[in-house]
Amino acid sequence: MIRSEILKDIAPILRDQLVVCNIGIPSQELHAIDDQPTNFYMLGTMGLCSSIGLGLALAQPKTVISIDGDGSVLTNLGTLPTIGNNAPSNYILMIIDNGSYGSTGDQPTYTGKKTDLAGMARAAGCDTVIEVQDVDTGPALQAAIDSKKATVLVVKCDSGNAKMPVITLDPVVIKHRFMEAVKA
Amino acid sequence: MNIDKKIADDLVANDISFVTTVPCKQLAGVIEEIDTRDDIMHVPSNKEDEGMGLCAGAFMGGKRPAIIMQNTAIGVTINTLATLTQFYRLPLPMIISYRGELREPVACQVEMAVHTKALLAQLNIPTYHFHWQKDVEEFDNILKYTFMCNKPVAILTDANFWGGYGDQ
Repeated sequence: MIRSEILKDIAPILRDQLVVCNIGIPSQELHAIDDQPTNFYMLGTMGLCSSIGLGLALAQPKTVISIDGDGSVLTNLGTLPTIGNNAPSNYILMIIDNGSYGSTGDQPTYTGKKTDLAGMARAAGCDTVIEVQDVDTGPALQAAIDSKKATVLVVKCDSGNAKMPVITLDPVVIKHRFMEAVKA
Repeated sequence: MNIDKKIADDLVANDISFVTTVPCKQLAGVIEEIDTRDDIMHVPSNKEDEGMGLCAGAFMGGKRPAIIMQNTAIGVTINTLATLTQFYRLPLPMIISYRGELREPVACQVEMAVHTKALLAQLNIPTYHFHWQKDVEEFDNILKYTFMCNKPVAILTDANFWGGYGDQ
């Protein structure tokens, strides 16, 4: 499965949660599949999806799911120790690991070679790290939500992107409706 | 006047309850002071752009954030300031140790100091420079201004403000 197929699969689960979605095609895919005010779309700033989600989870009690990518986590590896030492029970980092930089032409990342993100997350102090194959994402994500434990979920899948339109929502509109949904 | 205590008092008085830090020797006292305050959640970050991401999330979750960092990090946070903090109009007080200014003992620090104000000006970031201890009296107003206009605002604090750099 490719990322967009996983997102279609888990859209009914994501709909009820606060979601911070990674820059580029991941946000475009989620926006096209199931736009919700509870989705915060990153329009720029590669690497900070996990950090924004962690700050949000620390600031309020609702469950937060950061949908990140392998390339973006690699560009902000300092996030893993911060998560490992601070993540509250309402935080889930879901890394869709397709071993490639999807938004820039599917160039390979090191996670498709020798680098093991789940192992790095464990070494960084993350207590609950689960690695699953694409087809098992839905049940694994629901279990992580139900567990009420800070979780890093690494989803191994194929490289590839769905053709989706660029998000034209104004960033201030994305922020405003998201903050209203957080408060609701 | 204890400027560490004054800064922490003003943060609390302005309802700033989430602070992230990347340390600097000059900032050690204020970071220590913040750790004594029950009203402030302190989450150290490993890099300043990561910290700005944490602050963005904390703000959207209902907490007023601030970041404490060195001016050298302006060099690694420009993209984040432009595409996250400014693009989404997020307020962010940045309490910055202004290394490489008067009373600086380390020559390399001057290399980023000479670019610091120019980079902040290029980004249209409101910038205040604390050189004398009495300058801290403006801090409360700067915090109010930051959350009024929803912008990143820089407070540069040099070695003279902190009473010198170590034994210098």
